[in-house]
Amino acid sequence: MRDPKSLARFYETTEQIVTIDKDSPPRVLFSGEDLLLEDLPVGTRVIYPKPPLEGLPNVKAAIRSAINRPEGCDPLHALLKPGMRVTVAIDDISLPLPPMRTPDVRQQVLEVILPLLEESGVEDVHLVIAIALHRRMTEAEMRRMVGDRIFDAYYPDRYYNHDAEDPDGCVVLGTTAHGEKVIVNRRAAESDLLIYVNLNLVPMDGGHKSVATGLTNYEGVKAHHTPHHIRKSHSYMDPERSEMHRSVDRIGRYVDEHLQVFHIETTINNRMFDGPLEFLMKREEDYTELDRLKLAGMRATLKRLPPAAKRKLFQAVPAPYDVIAVHAGMTEPTHAKILEKSWAQYAVDVDFQADVLIYGIPYVSPYNVNSILNPLLVQVMACGYFFNFYRGKPLVKKGGTLIVTHPCSDAFDPEHHPSYIEFFHRLLPETRDAQVLEARYERELAENPTYVHMYRTGHAYHGAHPFFMWYWGENGRQHVGKVIAAGADNAHVPRMMGWDHAETLSEAIDMARAIHGRSASIALLHHPPIVMTQNLG
Amino acid sequence: MAGTERAAFFDVDGTLVRTNIVHAFAFYAMNQGSILGTAWQTARTVLSVPLFAAADRMNRKLFNEVFYRYYAGQSEDRLETLAGELFEDVLRPAIFPGTPRLIEETRRAGCRVVLVTGALDFTVRRLAEHLGADDLIANRMRFVQGVATGRVVPPIIEGAHKALAMRDYCVREGLALEKSFAYSDSFSDYPMLAVVGHPAAVNPDVRLARVARAYEWPILRTTEA
Repeated sequence: MRDPKSLARFYETTEQIVTIDKDSPPRVLFSGEDLLLEDLPVGTRVIYPKPPLEGLPNVKAAIRSAINRPEGCDPLHALLKPGMRVTVAIDDISLPLPPMRTPDVRQQVLEVILPLLEESGVEDVHLVIAIALHRRMTEAEMRRMVGDRIFDAYYPDRYYNHDAEDPDGCVVLGTTAHGEKVIVNRRAAESDLLIYVNLNLVPMDGGHKSVATGLTNYEGVKAHHTPHHIRKSHSYMDPERSEMHRSVDRIGRYVDEHLQVFHIETTINNRMFDGPLEFLMKREEDYTELDRLKLAGMRATLKRLPPAAKRKLFQAVPAPYDVIAVHAGMTEPTHAKILEKSWAQYAVDVDFQADVLIYGIPYVSPYNVNSILNPLLVQVMACGYFFNFYRGKPLVKKGGTLIVTHPCSDAFDPEHHPSYIEFFHRLLPETRDAQVLEARYERELAENPTYVHMYRTGHAYHGAHPFFMWYWGENGRQHVGKVIAAGADNAHVPRMMGWDHAETLSEAIDMARAIHGRSASIALLHHPPIVMTQNLG
Repeated sequence: MAGTERAAFFDVDGTLVRTNIVHAFAFYAMNQGSILGTAWQTARTVLSVPLFAAADRMNRKLFNEVFYRYYAGQSEDRLETLAGELFEDVLRPAIFPGTPRLIEETRRAGCRVVLVTGALDFTVRRLAEHLGADDLIANRMRFVQGVATGRVVPPIIEGAHKALAMRDYCVREGLALEKSFAYSDSFSDYPMLAVVGHPAAVNPDVRLARVARAYEWPILRTTEA
């Protein structure tokens, strides 16, 4: 790190918000699988993530401690009886992003609890991956997530993906007071004990959402994945202000009243990159000459590679996340502790809202692990996830302009996202209105037997999933006045999503200034790693 | 007038079962009732393979015409009787593991299940019943006084005629073609795929896979359960 030469510079090196000055270095932004190096206008405020919180020194000891001193219930060993039927539900690899270095924390939890089950005389144990309507994990991904020993012992009869389209695979437990159907995986519902092994990447995950969403079917998810719920979520990263979470919580509480559920929740810090890519974790002010060289080399390499090779390159680098908290027990008190830690890692206090908000869209999202970030997923990152990375007030003003950097290539993975293709090329040209799409087409694609078959036997997302992706951008779309895709390699993809496009970031900023004036306030949310703003004023 | 109900049209060979019409024919050739008859018919079949291959390469319609001529002179009773054994010995074991599930999924979506095949109807009728199909569109052998003539009742169900037969079926049954589904493994079935609203390539050959990718049709497999 360079020595700060003034008090202002010292402030910049220790605070999360840096204001761009005349001599500030250019900023690094993701644009899909490329890295941009961009000079930003003087006065732009760049919001950086907090440094990674320190990881737990002994994760397995922390797991043992959590299950022996759980929140609001007896220790796990006291809940076990010989001959009982236990289902262990596990979060899928949609999280964390990028996938974490092995051993995955889920493997570590299983390595603690499976011997405990065995020692307690519990033999009827199934491991069910709570994929909900996500794609089935491949055999190799399943092996990587739990390690060879557990995989070999349980796969395929006792370690498998939840099947939301198995006609006999789910049971209706009942209906909440608000009329939401409570539908849960049959094996889980008919077990004496359901243990949920969770990995929380962002505050949206975990809690009641684990069982209520992960182990249900289309009808179950549909209860809260609607444009109406998303419009009333401010934001869905903040469960207290999220209509979607209010619905999920009602369903989850109903589940807890009818099933014995023991949650083991974990969360990780934001250490996404190390080794040759560690410079991506730094502020540009702190780059050493070697970092600058690495960046130049990386950009030169990426420039010469085709998109598929670039994807392979990035996807080959697992993240060195550290586990920062493990809690277990009843759903709500366990989740509350995890949320506290999650916000401690991600939340950066801000006291302003910008006219123009910029962020780079990376190559990965929860829905394209080992696949392509297609246009609909670019949209969900822009208007959904990144927009919702706030607590209190959004970082961009109502009617403000959102600038995202991504090539927005018209490319889809036909194996993972077949229904996305139909949604994007058949439905979106007809209407972008989420409520019309929901009313007119959602069920048609959800029940399309081709997509059902590809979900059940291949590795395709459910036919309804592209609708949910579009809804997840709904509060962002309602809030911002304009979205500009900077660096888009075509005009039609941004246009179909209702966006403008610009060849470069500076052109996009000029377009935004034409709307908001020369004195428009500009902010950059600097990813990676994850950062969320907190404006509670 | 087209209705709002819909159908799922399935090609059979290569899509639902791993066999093709040659397997059925070979089965008949090898079950002629006498050793001499069997030897003669089997030898004819083997010797004709280059002819079949050439005809198939040139034109699927020509292939079917040439091929079905080999049934000439066989009694209807015998062909029907052997069809039962054909199903049990050849077709049933060849059903792809994913086939029952795919058919069940189309039924669950409210589709009428219709098999559309260039095979002769008596050879696939039991398969259609076994799979729970509602209807079968297949070629029909012309019989005169209970003996096969070797000519099928026109039009031959293949290629573009599959699409025409499906269109006629939808009109007759009050189904909406644009809401219907079609599944096939072969590029020769491009017309039957193109005529419906929701086509899909199943275990596609190279040419169909290329077309499916170009038109963004879903590609799925029945070869896995």
